[in-house]
Amino acid sequence: MIPPALLKQFEDLAGADNLFTAPADLHTYSYDAAVLEPALPALAVRPLTVEQLGGLVRLCNEHGLPLTVRGSGTNLSGGTIPAAGGVVVLTNALNRILEINSADMYARVQPGVITAKFAAAVAGQKLFYPPDPGSQAVSTLGGNVAENAGGLRGLKYGVTRDYVMGLSYYDVEGGLVKTGAKTVKCVTGYNLAGLMVGSEGTLGVVSEITLKLVPPPLAARAMMAVYDDVDKASQSVAAIIAAHIVPATLEFLDRFTIRAVEDYSHAGLPTQAAALLLIEVDGHPAQVAEEAAHVEEICRQQGAVRLEVATDAAQRDRVWEARRAALSALAKLKPTTVLEDATVPRSQIPAMIAALNSIARTHNLTIGTFGHAGDGNLHPTICCDKRDHQEWQRVEAAVEAIFKKALELGGTLSGEHGIGLAKSRFLEMETSRASVEWSRRLKKALDPKGILNPGKIIGG
Amino acid sequence: MADPRELARLLGELEDQLVVCMRCGLCQSVCPLYAQTGREADVARGKLALLDGLAKEMLKDPGAVRERLNKCLLCGSCAVSCPSGVKSLDIFLKARAVLAGYQGLSPAKKLVFRGLLTRPALFNLLASLAARLQGVLGRPASELLGTSCARLASPLGERHYRRLASQPFHALVPEMDTHPAPGKPRVAFFVGCLVDKLYPQVGQAVVKALAHHGVGLCIPPAQACCGMPALSAGDSRAFEQMLTHNLVRLRPGGFDYLVTACATCTSAIKKLWPLMAQGLSPAQRDQVEHLSRKTIDISQFLVDKLLVGNTISPEDHEGRAITYHDPCHLKKSLGVATQPRRLLAASAGQRLVEMAEADWCCGMGGSFNLLHYEQSAAIGRRKLENIKASGCQAVATSCPACMAQISDALSQDGQAIAVRHVIEVYAQALGPGGKAG
Repeated sequence: MIPPALLKQFEDLAGADNLFTAPADLHTYSYDAAVLEPALPALAVRPLTVEQLGGLVRLCNEHGLPLTVRGSGTNLSGGTIPAAGGVVVLTNALNRILEINSADMYARVQPGVITAKFAAAVAGQKLFYPPDPGSQAVSTLGGNVAENAGGLRGLKYGVTRDYVMGLSYYDVEGGLVKTGAKTVKCVTGYNLAGLMVGSEGTLGVVSEITLKLVPPPLAARAMMAVYDDVDKASQSVAAIIAAHIVPATLEFLDRFTIRAVEDYSHAGLPTQAAALLLIEVDGHPAQVAEEAAHVEEICRQQGAVRLEVATDAAQRDRVWEARRAALSALAKLKPTTVLEDATVPRSQIPAMIAALNSIARTHNLTIGTFGHAGDGNLHPTICCDKRDHQEWQRVEAAVEAIFKKALELGGTLSGEHGIGLAKSRFLEMETSRASVEWSRRLKKALDPKGILNPGKIIGG
Repeated sequence: MADPRELARLLGELEDQLVVCMRCGLCQSVCPLYAQTGREADVARGKLALLDGLAKEMLKDPGAVRERLNKCLLCGSCAVSCPSGVKSLDIFLKARAVLAGYQGLSPAKKLVFRGLLTRPALFNLLASLAARLQGVLGRPASELLGTSCARLASPLGERHYRRLASQPFHALVPEMDTHPAPGKPRVAFFVGCLVDKLYPQVGQAVVKALAHHGVGLCIPPAQACCGMPALSAGDSRAFEQMLTHNLVRLRPGGFDYLVTACATCTSAIKKLWPLMAQGLSPAQRDQVEHLSRKTIDISQFLVDKLLVGNTISPEDHEGRAITYHDPCHLKKSLGVATQPRRLLAASAGQRLVEMAEADWCCGMGGSFNLLHYEQSAAIGRRKLENIKASGCQAVATSCPACMAQISDALSQDGQAIAVRHVIEVYAQALGPGGKAG
């Protein structure tokens, strides 16, 4: 409970209309998209200006109140689940695109701008913002920065980190920190933006983001390659990269996912296939034509049993429909969907797929796997029912086994979903004792009272 | 019954449906209300979490949950785009019934649903009295749109409301029973409250178009409301009364299709009657299923069953620019979107121009408009801007409730843009005798 006098200060700062204290409202800010227990905050507040945002951070720090910033609450690792009794700060009213600069190819935005709306606005200026996380229709750019969100285009275009040129953020005392610039080159001061990207709201509260924009590709061609053997699909991926072709997207669907998609959408997918690759090359039309032909040849050489090259927008759409429907089709099989994102070097994809199949068997679970084959970021998706306690224990054991395997293969715990609450206890397993301790010292120095999104990444 | 356990048990019956929500939050991108308010309790994910919290007794205040649950347009945008297939609309309607049963209804709602809408004769009488009084209480705001606004402080607030027709449809076109031309089907017409009392000319257009195509038509007398307002309020008892009343009037056998010109009535009969008819007898439930299969929107009937407009491509048409608004209950509930457009394209003198966000909700939401006018109007203004940007002098749609909402927005903005039902446009293009065009 927050004492009435303090509540009055929050009200004076943000206005009564933007303050939520009713248990029913707070209940709706107690969860995110991770399959974790909710935690009830004491207060949710929706600032309308960045000045209010800074004031809120200062006020929370003065009174030692835990503060969790929430964009659209789509986090898959519990990063937006607040501390019980803490304050949730909503950024969705800070949703202005401040500038799109075509000449210098950058944009400045507030943290609550929706990713897809931003990408559309940028496209309207004949420019391109590539990061496209699966939740882009609702996710906020502030959340993307906090999680270093990835997406389908990671292989060729990189992830959110590669587009953050500068940031303004509030430190715990409400001071406005500025880092980076609108220029391509900038070595002024520490690279604080690099530290802030992916820090999951534990070090500061972002108020403005400067994002790099690039020219859009002039042409694109999509194709679907069908395999009767996962290894052949994987060897195709390796061969494509070895030929120095970097497709914009290179997506993988396993047999189980193919069947789930086909049962759900009846799109005519080959249900006997062991794997599908969905490949899109983009760039200058001449380059696209050449690369598409080359990719096609490589896939055939590596043993693709069928190849469909999209020749128009409708066919391209059909190719991508299978990928778009993947999570949806898997999610409809069982009540609970656990979406993992352990990532391995792409050469290890066959080993990882084999391990996932074996983990599914030994733990008696249903796992469908799809994801970004080009960058080794797979999404093993466990279809289960969290109400079945025995099964849920097997799920937890399987998730741990997946992490261990990914690390064993030289990979990482999380490609793009973040560590949050869900994976913080595994952090040391991937890094080292010293890494965790150093991170904790950093956190302690910047946030002595530990109010900024406590418990995330480095534990509580 | 004020035992929280009992409430948890009743809501627990929804658990299998509630657990399907994986909290991905994608409903935030399609919810018209959330787009205005940005509040999680306004979007499906939040409402589902609230019901889940109540069912698990994590939340102790059913009134607070009910208040948030009821603040919803029931447009179904979330259900149609949900990646994990949560039947949010079904859940919300059932939960409204559970909570209304638990907490009771306000006396005013009881009076309207049980005292009025279940008694068509009384409802008609009061409406005709009101039609005569409205000239005294309101003053015309737009002649083109047929709207009025209040002369003095009124429960209708700032609205530019559609005036009640001086003669309702049931007075203009009493019982009717015509034989079909050889090879043509015979249909019954479910009129619906708003067509009857606000837009009788829409009903007349249905009659004219069907006659033009040689379709046999019967208009069963003394029809009651489809029950949507009662379902929306969670009043299962009144809903069952309306349903039972209608079942007696819509005995099977006499018609091949039950045609409507109201998207909400169509989706109510096709989707919600079967969903919410558990309290009825097995024979009645069979009849409900039968009617659900037979019921069809007027545009869908003309295009799919009579093949009207199938030779015309919507693009290659000259004429006055007209735009089309997709009613949620037609496109999102029933997947009917191409047929009204085809019918417009088949109407001589009209050229269909798409507006942006044609299927974004107009903000009416039936009683949502009465209870949350400010938000309803704000959502309506988004539709208004899209209509204006289309540059058309007329907007057509397939639902009288959308027509009233869009008229309010246009009238308040002083726009000279006509609001028409698709079937009105089509029937008018048929010419005076209904034979030309």
